[in-house]
Amino acid sequence: MARVKLPIGPQHPALKEPENFTITLDGERVVDVDIRIGYTHRGIEKLMESRTYTQNLYLVERICGICSYAHVVNFTQNVESVLGVQIPKRAEYIRTLVLELERLHSHFLWLGVAGHEIGFDTLFMYTWQDREVVQDLLELISGNRVNYAMNAIGGVRRDLSDDHRKKVLEGMDYLEKRTAYDKEVAINEKTILARAENVGILKPKIALKYSAVGPTVRASGVTMDIRKDDPYASYAEIPFDVITTDTCDVLGRIVVRVLEVFESIKIIRYLMEHLPAGDVVMKVPRKIPVGESISHTEAPRGEDIHYLRANGTERPDRYKVRTPTMANLPAIAEMLKGSYLADVPIVIAAIDPCMGCMDRVLLLKEGSETPGDIIPWDRLRAYGIKWYAERGWKI
Amino acid sequence: MKVPGKMLPKIWVYMFKKPVTVCYPKQRLTPPKNLRGKMKFYIERCISCGLCARDCPSTACQMYEIDGKKRPVFDLDYCTFCAQCAESCPKDAIEMTAEFELAHYKKGEAIVK
Amino acid sequence: MGSFACVWNQMVRGTGVENIDPVLALIYLLIFPGVFFLFAFSLFTEYMDRKLYARIQRRVGPPFLQPFADLVKLASKEDIIPEKAEGFMFTAAPLFAVAAIFAAYLYLPIVTTTGLHSFNGDLVVVLYLLMIPTLAMFLGGWYSGNVFGQKGGMRVASLLFSYEIPFFLALLSPALVEGSWKMADIVSFQQAHPLALVVTVLGFGIAVVSLQGKLERLPFDIPEAETEIVAGPLVEYSGRRLALFRLARDAEMVVGAGLISVVFLGGPMPLLSLQPVYLSWALGGVIFLLKTLFVVLLLILIKSAVARIRTDQMISFAYKWLIPLTFVQIFIIIIIRYFGGI
Repeated sequence: MARVKLPIGPQHPALKEPENFTITLDGERVVDVDIRIGYTHRGIEKLMESRTYTQNLYLVERICGICSYAHVVNFTQNVESVLGVQIPKRAEYIRTLVLELERLHSHFLWLGVAGHEIGFDTLFMYTWQDREVVQDLLELISGNRVNYAMNAIGGVRRDLSDDHRKKVLEGMDYLEKRTAYDKEVAINEKTILARAENVGILKPKIALKYSAVGPTVRASGVTMDIRKDDPYASYAEIPFDVITTDTCDVLGRIVVRVLEVFESIKIIRYLMEHLPAGDVVMKVPRKIPVGESISHTEAPRGEDIHYLRANGTERPDRYKVRTPTMANLPAIAEMLKGSYLADVPIVIAAIDPCMGCMDRVLLLKEGSETPGDIIPWDRLRAYGIKWYAERGWKI
Repeated sequence: MKVPGKMLPKIWVYMFKKPVTVCYPKQRLTPPKNLRGKMKFYIERCISCGLCARDCPSTACQMYEIDGKKRPVFDLDYCTFCAQCAESCPKDAIEMTAEFELAHYKKGEAIVK
Repeated sequence: MGSFACVWNQMVRGTGVENIDPVLALIYLLIFPGVFFLFAFSLFTEYMDRKLYARIQRRVGPPFLQPFADLVKLASKEDIIPEKAEGFMFTAAPLFAVAAIFAAYLYLPIVTTTGLHSFNGDLVVVLYLLMIPTLAMFLGGWYSGNVFGQKGGMRVASLLFSYEIPFFLALLSPALVEGSWKMADIVSFQQAHPLALVVTVLGFGIAVVSLQGKLERLPFDIPEAETEIVAGPLVEYSGRRLALFRLARDAEMVVGAGLISVVFLGGPMPLLSLQPVYLSWALGGVIFLLKTLFVVLLLILIKSAVARIRTDQMISFAYKWLIPLTFVQIFIIIIIRYFGGI
């Protein structure tokens, strides 16, 4: 058969979020991949420049629904380092607790979605029921199931009572039993192995060359985890292991995530037992002095980097976000070459794509310029302000 | 040799149990006490400082002239239920309740004064 | 009316339903266990399939009339023929499927030892008729003019090579035990020797697994994998034609499961001769129903326990495991007949 160009996306039942992979097929094998993104670009970075830091707290949350707290922690860490303050210890512990709970919920969600992609709806339903336990705990602690507005600049907004601690520990016991069962199924079920073994191979050298992050690269044997390499919040005090396997395929990614769930349960138990007493928030001034800062955390999908430039007023001057899925996308192109058409959805799902977080880039063609020109930032900004001013909208 | 169908024992057990679905609205789950739902405004404690409107991320809270003084009015269509207004208020005049069933038919119907 | 009875008796001479009132024959044909019963029973099996699947996943599942409501809703929607599709074949494909299934159904012994018409070799005819819905789906996908439909149609056709052979060979084994191709003889043989089931247990398992592949359900639903090929060959169908395809698929499940329960488990056996004749029909029908539902339960359990496998994996599974096991089964039967002298 001749080579066929098949568009997967932007609307496709296999993808949870819109992006376009135009794959070139030779029979049933994929030969080439062309990726286009930009379908959910919301202009968050520009929006952040016109809001105060307190208002931005809630905007940063909504960059993503699943890894929202990692973004907020990054933001508050940026602002706190520009201010030069050190938040209380209890606040750090509570932040770590919510970060790990979020990692749990994200990994369960991913297991269910991966099960659904390979047609295993029963696993999907079972893992999402376990996720409900985590969601209920988060609702108890923070007041909302997603986008928990837990952070304030200078600490956290809510405190943990003893009742909360008891419930968290009970939840962890239940989850440990259920995850042990899920691990049994994921590793030993013959049909999952048939779909996931030797599929989507990513060798370590290529992974590092394309700067892949997160469980994707940890399944290729590379030990890269921000929680150990550059500890933030209270990770420096907590003993835990970084999980790597060296199978380099989708099965390795499944195993890495399931084992990370066990590690997170261990971390949460340690946090609950060693929670220090004290304040949870400290007062900070409204105007942030001039300065720059970079902060990175280990979101459930990988390394998440934020950059802040403050100019002494109540509003940030420039804020830049680089999410983990953005780093994993070029690696997908490498993984897909040489695999079957039937494997494309599971390989894409194996890096845990979160396109909502990721969309930050658009290729614009302006007016009479030749198409494909890349427009520099100040010209783009001036263009945007002119566009809004023509319509009478104030920024 | 591994035989497919590792989940069969659990499947057989679950086939005869009741489902875990909560048939809303006939059955309801009780929300926890500090769920951030609709806010309650104590007008007698308000000192018209305007901090709530300054800090609201979505312009849901705006100050209007009512009875000669500036008072906040909360538009629930825009509210993200973040409770920043409750935190910024120096006199604790705003409190978040756990009421979350707030659907209504027309835009502009849900206002808290 | 007399001449009709004459013609009728001529046609059914030598089969089990001769000398039956033509009115009763019409009831057989149209209502029970005819077209209407097949229609109702296939909707009921779809309900049971979805409800049990949901309960296994700890969900609630659809209410009882849901499959009927789905068909009514589909039939009332707009029926679009895309520009690139060939109108005649596009419309004819679902009709082929439904017609073939209903024709195959009439040969199954449901209430007595024979179907409406029985002759030597009707087992083979039923098997061939059961192959037509798959071909109809392939044709429907091919003539729909859509790249996804064509790819799905080609997948359906390539899977024909993998599960049809074990299905045929597995259903060959009870015929070997009995020694005839007539389903009526197979049923009466099993009534006389109930232990014949034990010998063909391996064939029963293989037949159930290949039926799962024939019906294109998990783990073999590659042609219709929603996450990959967006509903495969059915992608351009809508409205009444899609309703007909869905009905054909449900009916295929009933007829396939019914065929397995007739040939392996004995169908309406044990037969008791009650008078008047429609009472024995009713009893035979109930027993047939129970046995078919048992086979459907096995299909549902397989569906919920496994993930979907790829085309090449499915073909290698069929050739590495299913077909050699059918040879083993046939070998067992040959040995038992030689030594048992049945």
